[in-house]
Amino acid sequence: MEEFKKQYKKILEQYILKQTEHNLYEGQNISRQLIQKNISPEEVISIHKASLEEIMSDLDGDVQHSFDLLIEVMIRYGLALKEHQTLIQKQQNIKMEMELAANVQQTLLKTKVPKEIDLDIGIITVPAKEMNGDYAHFLHDNTHVGIAVADVIGKGIPAALCMSMIKYGMDSLDGAETDPVIVLDVINRIVEKSVSDSMFISMFYGKYDTSKSEFTYASAGHEPPLFYCSETSSFTELQAKGLLLGVIPNVKYEQQSITLNKGDFVVMMTDGVTECRSKEGFIEQKTIMDIIENVRDQPAQEMVEYVFHKLEELQDFEQRDDFTLVIFKKI
Amino acid sequence: MNLRSSVDIITEWDIVAARQLGRNEAKDVGFGTVDQARITTAISELARNIYLYAGKGNIEIKQIAEGNLKGLQVIASDKGPGIADVRKVMEDGFTTSGGLGAGLPGVKRLMDDFKIETVFGEGTVISATKWLR
Ligand SMILES: Nc1ncnc2c1ncn2[C@@H]1O[C@H](COP(=O)(O)OP(=O)(O)OP(=O)(O)O)[C@@H](O)[C@H]1O
Ligand SMILES: [Mg+2]
Repeated sequence: MEEFKKQYKKILEQYILKQTEHNLYEGQNISRQLIQKNISPEEVISIHKASLEEIMSDLDGDVQHSFDLLIEVMIRYGLALKEHQTLIQKQQNIKMEMELAANVQQTLLKTKVPKEIDLDIGIITVPAKEMNGDYAHFLHDNTHVGIAVADVIGKGIPAALCMSMIKYGMDSLDGAETDPVIVLDVINRIVEKSVSDSMFISMFYGKYDTSKSEFTYASAGHEPPLFYCSETSSFTELQAKGLLLGVIPNVKYEQQSITLNKGDFVVMMTDGVTECRSKEGFIEQKTIMDIIENVRDQPAQEMVEYVFHKLEELQDFEQRDDFTLVIFKKI
Repeated sequence: MNLRSSVDIITEWDIVAARQLGRNEAKDVGFGTVDQARITTAISELARNIYLYAGKGNIEIKQIAEGNLKGLQVIASDKGPGIADVRKVMEDGFTTSGGLGAGLPGVKRLMDDFKIETVFGEGTVISATKWLR
């Protein structure tokens, strides 16, 4: 403190004498040090006043008094500065906690992509913020592959907490052979019991039977997947009626089936994919289809990554919603 | 040595009287201009809270000593509604004025010791001390 007083007095003395830009530059530099050392504005004014009194022995009494008023006025600025510093510290702590929580979530939601079957599977899931409100999970045995894709309406921590519940529900299922309507019914009951009325979750469940090359699916108000028929080179939406999860306990879900031939694939996604926006507005489904078709001959994992990067580009790298894309390609 | 004096807070003008008393005592103890301003700002906040939330109360100013240390203690007491959630009130940014340094967290920062005793429905006693260094 004494050191600053000396320095400040010297700068002030010089400035009163010469009024050069260099003197002012020195003043600005000392302010950086003052802030670093937590010296508050009222103290700075008090230093100024004391220095001035020493430099000018004939300082006018009225001018001296005026600094006392200024000190009084500056007290709150000093407090605001301190509060600001505490809040920044707090914010950093929260951020660190969020990162830890995101790690926990990632471990929790880890899912193993089934291999050694007649399906080539690609998956990408990227949260908009730290925590993911999307969920994708595989079940599988020797003959069946189950895929769940869910999306909590909303983002961030509340959505992520909800997600853990779906995971718990999925773990309680018997195996990959379970019918999609039964899976949705089980999860719906769990969600209905435990989630507040303001939380909505959409979910798609599909089951692939390797013995029949058959893909059976049902949906709880989820974004319809796209089915690409390699023979006709065309996309169709896989529609299936069903209410969002957690609204009422007894929901009749509709179950449908299609057969996959070599080169056919199913694209499952969350609305983070379909509701991509560019400057010109929503990116059209046709655009997304074209992007996918461009890379239809690539391995499924390369396909999903390509689509993500393309859409990222179209949105100027501003991701608004959690993004999940899964491709099942028959080989 | 225990010099006490106090001001009843009933109207808004009593806030000024409490400040005046605090400043005189602070000068008397030997505080410099900056600390005087800090102490009076703290008194303002406490007196204004009494005036706004309790209707009436009292600000007492005590010169105190502990070993070689001299200090000034401000005690704000009232029989108002009390504060329901002290922890929340002491959080930065909670004040009705939208924060920015004011309110009870500000008083705590301006002074060295800060203690708050409040019973919901019965009243509040806040004591804050500044030591002369
Ligand atoms: N003496 C008191 N009696 C009852 N309630 C009080 C008292 N002092 C403070 N409170 C309560 O605590 C809250 C916080 O007080 P504080 O002085 O920190 O902020 P504020 O008065 O709301 O806003 P500011 O002081 O920034 O203008 C008040 O809104 C009030 O509800
Ligand atoms: Mg207040």
